[in-house]
Order: sequence, then C-alpha cells, then structure tokens
Amino acid sequence: MELTRRETWAVIHGLVLGTLYLLAFGGALAGLWSLRPGLITTKGIKERMTRLYVGFGAMAVAAWLTCITGTWIVYPWYRAKLAGAEFEKCAGLELPSAVCSPRDFLLSNVSGETSEWHHWGMEWKEHVAWAAPMLATSAFLLVLYYGPRLISRRWLRTAVIVMLVGSFLAAVVAGALGAFINKVAPIS
Amino acid sequence: MNAEETSIITTGHHDADVAPELAGLDLPDKPDGPGAAMMISAGIGIFMLGFFTVLAEASTGAKEWLQKWEWGVGVGPLAGKTTVASLIYFLSLAVLWLLWRHKNVNLKTAFYVGLGLGILGALGTYPTIFQGFAP
Repeated sequence: MELTRRETWAVIHGLVLGTLYLLAFGGALAGLWSLRPGLITTKGIKERMTRLYVGFGAMAVAAWLTCITGTWIVYPWYRAKLAGAEFEKCAGLELPSAVCSPRDFLLSNVSGETSEWHHWGMEWKEHVAWAAPMLATSAFLLVLYYGPRLISRRWLRTAVIVMLVGSFLAAVVAGALGAFINKVAPIS
Repeated sequence: MNAEETSIITTGHHDADVAPELAGLDLPDKPDGPGAAMMISAGIGIFMLGFFTVLAEASTGAKEWLQKWEWGVGVGPLAGKTTVASLIYFLSLAVLWLLWRHKNVNLKTAFYVGLGLGILGALGTYPTIFQGFAP
C-alpha cells in the first residue's frame, strides 16, 4: 500500500480537507438552525456559541485550504501540457501518464468522449470553488460578530444560513466534479 | 461617549424582549454596519471571480495579466482570477467594515445587494456563459 506524492496531495485536497469542510458544515448548519428563542438556557447559550464559533471557523479555514491546495498544488499537475499539440503522446493510453497529463488525456478523447469533462466539468469546478471560502468566511464573521443575538433575530439567522448553504453548494459542485474527473483521469 | 455617538451606534434592537434567555448575558447593542460589510463583501468577491473569469476569456491581454500571478507555478490565469478576487474580497470587507463600524446600515438591503452580486458572479463562472465571451 502506497501513495505517490501527487496522490497524497490529491487526497489531502479532496478527501481530508474536503471532508473536514463537510463535517464542519453539518455541525454549523445544525447549530445555527436550532439557535432559536426558548430552546436553550442562558448557560447553554455560552456552551453552544463556543461550539458554533469553532465550527464556523473550522469550516472557513478548511474551505480556504481546500481551494489553495487544489489550485496551487494539484491543479498544475492536472493542466500540464505534455502530450503535444494533437495529444499524440496520449495515443493508446487508458489512463494519464508521465507524458499525458489528466487534462491532455481528457481532451484527447482516447478513452471515449471525455473532453467535456475538461471543457465543462473542470472549467466550472476550478472557478466556482472559490465562492465557498468567501461565503464561509463572511458567515463565520457574522456569527462571531452577532453571537447570541442571532437567537432573537430570525431574519439575520436565515441570511447566515443562506450564505452557509451557498458556500456548501459551491463546494458540492467543485467536490463532486473533482471526484468524477479524478475517476476518469486520476492524478498519479 | 457623547450623545451624538450614542445615537449613531444604538440600533434599537430589543433582543432580550424576543429571547428572554439573553437578558442574563447582558449583551450590549451593536451597529449593523459591520454585518452589512460582511454580506456585501462576499457578493463583491464572488462577482469579481465571475468578472475575471469572463474577462480572461474575452481579452488576451487580461488573460496574460492574470497569468502573471502564477509566479511560475503553472496555475495559468486561474491564479490571477482567484488571487485578485480574494484580495478584493478581503479589501472590500476591511474598507466597508471601517467605514460602517459605528453606523447602522440596512441589513436586508446589504444582504440582497450581496446576493445579487453573488448570483451574477456565480453565473460568470459557468462555462457555457464565460466561454460565450471568447472572440
């Protein structure tokens, strides 16, 4: 059992940080959803808020780290132009190789109709993903700034939930497309 | 604090009336300006992300400028699109927060402005749309 350096970074980007983000999202959403009048005692509010701050903060940090590792470490390996103008070095391959990057492999269509995975899938994923950390950070700062006041302000609480879910949707698009693309043309 | 400053930062929220359990926490009232800054800046950041994505497709010069942000790592123009959009997000957050730190800004308006900008930006990152700007 071993992973190459590139596979390890792909795992850190998508599986470790991505999972941490999803876990933090679940906790943050559940915590915020039940932050309503009459449900928690004064003592319970303090305990709940600490968990919310940690959860929202972890989500924002995980979102930034996922995007940074994906864009600056994994993506250059994906997009390297190695196979020539007509992707001739990809001929006969069933998977990307040292002379045919995942992008080359997808665009070459040597293993079926795969070019749309790049033109549509990767192009959408690589851009929309960056909406997730911005929304998560603003949502985190709103929770930090208003704190327990969110209990009495239903509209504001709903607005933060909308931002939280928006961040999640951007991450889901990026994460799901990343998983599919890595299935068809893995980084190795 | 003089009377004028007090009138600026008093928001008129009555949190303990809606949720009596908050009374024991003795929370001071806070202005909504920083909250509005957080909402609008997220919209600005996402809007710029979409804007740069479209711009890189429409203009070769812009694409080359955005690619300079990769510092030889091989990220391509995505480096500039995401780095500059993120910097603008943090900058707009800091500037608006500073400007509105003692003021009350209508949070609903701020939210809808941010939402509108965010939706426009998200549309700009969709391939069918930004690829339509290619010359």
